[in-house]
Amino acid sequence: MIELKELRAGYPGRTVLEGVTLSFLPGQVLALVGPNGSGKSTLLRTALGLLPRQGGEILVDGEALETLTPRQLARRAAYLAQSRPVPNITAGRMVLHGRFPYLSYPRRYRPEDYQAAQQAMKLADALELAGRPMPQLSGGQRQKVYLAMALAQDTQTVLLDEPTTYLDVSHQLEVMAAAQTLAQQGKAVVAVLHDLCLAMRWAHRLAVLDGGRLQAVGSPEELYSHGVLNRTFSVTLRRVETQAGWRYYYQ
Amino acid sequence: MNSLQTCSSPTLRTNGRTLLLLLACVVLAGILSLSLGPVSLSPGEVLSALAGRGDEASLPIVLHFRLPRTCGCLLAGMALAVSGAIIQSVLANPLAAPNIIGVNAGAGLSVALCCALAPAAVAWVPVAAFGGALAGVLLVLAIARSTGASRLTLVLAGVAVSSVFSAGIDAVVTFFPDSLNGYSDFRIGGLSNLTMARLAPAAWLILAALLAALTLAPELDVLALGEDTARSLGLPATRYRLLLLALAAALAGAAVSFAGLLGFVGLIVPHMMRRLLGEEGRPLLAGCALGGAALLTFCDTLARILFSPYELSVGIVLSLGGGPFFLWLLLRQRGGRLV
Repeated sequence: MIELKELRAGYPGRTVLEGVTLSFLPGQVLALVGPNGSGKSTLLRTALGLLPRQGGEILVDGEALETLTPRQLARRAAYLAQSRPVPNITAGRMVLHGRFPYLSYPRRYRPEDYQAAQQAMKLADALELAGRPMPQLSGGQRQKVYLAMALAQDTQTVLLDEPTTYLDVSHQLEVMAAAQTLAQQGKAVVAVLHDLCLAMRWAHRLAVLDGGRLQAVGSPEELYSHGVLNRTFSVTLRRVETQAGWRYYYQ
Repeated sequence: MNSLQTCSSPTLRTNGRTLLLLLACVVLAGILSLSLGPVSLSPGEVLSALAGRGDEASLPIVLHFRLPRTCGCLLAGMALAVSGAIIQSVLANPLAAPNIIGVNAGAGLSVALCCALAPAAVAWVPVAAFGGALAGVLLVLAIARSTGASRLTLVLAGVAVSSVFSAGIDAVVTFFPDSLNGYSDFRIGGLSNLTMARLAPAAWLILAALLAALTLAPELDVLALGEDTARSLGLPATRYRLLLLALAAALAGAAVSFAGLLGFVGLIVPHMMRRLLGEEGRPLLAGCALGGAALLTFCDTLARILFSPYELSVGIVLSLGGGPFFLWLLLRQRGGRLV
């Protein structure tokens, strides 16, 4: 579990996030939502130490982030970055990179690494892509492979920065279903999402960021009643009850 | 064996076959280099001479002239191609190469200064070249980082740095005309008048850096996934980027110390090998080492026999052959969009 306490973060000479206190709880999918530039990606990158924080505290499984080595941290939290280069290697080899934190010299993969990579590809619905070179895959297929690489890290916390970008609707639903499966396995899953309806349908909790400040955290029902999403996104959120529960749409 | 291992196997087998083929090319290029020249020798005569049993005519030709030159070609080709592959991967820039971003010119300036100021310190020339190459690569890296430079800006910054270093070499040669024997050979790149004694310090540096580069190939693979992904996988990206660039500088610097400012090997061989072997670090670097060695040795042999008894600098043959080949590669790859 990762806990952020009064976090202040940003870039040299520019503070993006201010006073954010938030926990990534095991067994839950947390959706980070907010307008462009509200600090969602900055929050994920700072939580993993990829950006230096300007103030506050970050705890990973109760330990201060700065006391962990990069390797220790990589075994506790995986990250799907927004920038995803496409090297000319097969999808299978790409997913195996997710086992890097577990390899010692001379960095040869062990049977358990192949096993973990295969399971991750199955979960991300990318197993049939294993032998195909990355440049030959579509944007959506590449996305699945990157997701599988993050899952192959086999960590308790999984941070996904825009995991549904480039995906068509059915693949978006598959990714969110995979996120819920991970949560059911007891992992803490955090996803930056732009699609508010997708976030309201699949996340256990939503954290709403605006102007670098955390506006609200709560379940979809709580946030709907609160009206914070209407104010933040300047939309009118509505819902209808279906047999599968509430479904949300906006006007 | 699970399905991931199974589907990795054909790639590994294909790569293994390609590497064996490249090794055969290296052996063939080596034999041709030892056999051909103003005096042609049969492979049997070459082998006898290498075993110290040749006749009076062939023995000195092979041992004193052709063997150092062939070894120099093999080593310089290996070093420059592997250096280019590392630089391209670390900077995520397919246009980067030791001769383009100022690494070779930095090494050249150091070599010129070392030869001018301490002509007796022959053993220190490769070390000085390494220092100059490292200065070149770090300068370009610093420019790229401080300006958040695009790929094109990085290459342009490299060209500017390269020009400044080249002007420095010209200035040193102007003030110390005797500092660089065969100055035009050095500027274009050439391997004539090479001795085993001059080659030895650079050879050790190249072999050690090559071994280190092959060991660090998995780190190179992870770095190629981008800074954030590499760091989230537990790799201290900044430290390894600098380490790998230092290895690239050591390889290019050592090659420049005895072969001069050879261009194109560090640019075209990595591109050829990426097409043949893909981008996975270990096979790519091994392929670059073998491909670079074979290409440079073959071009040097051509340079010797094309207008025999007159001899061209190998750099001329490389540029004449490599330039059009690279243009062809550019136009074929993604409709001309390499960057």
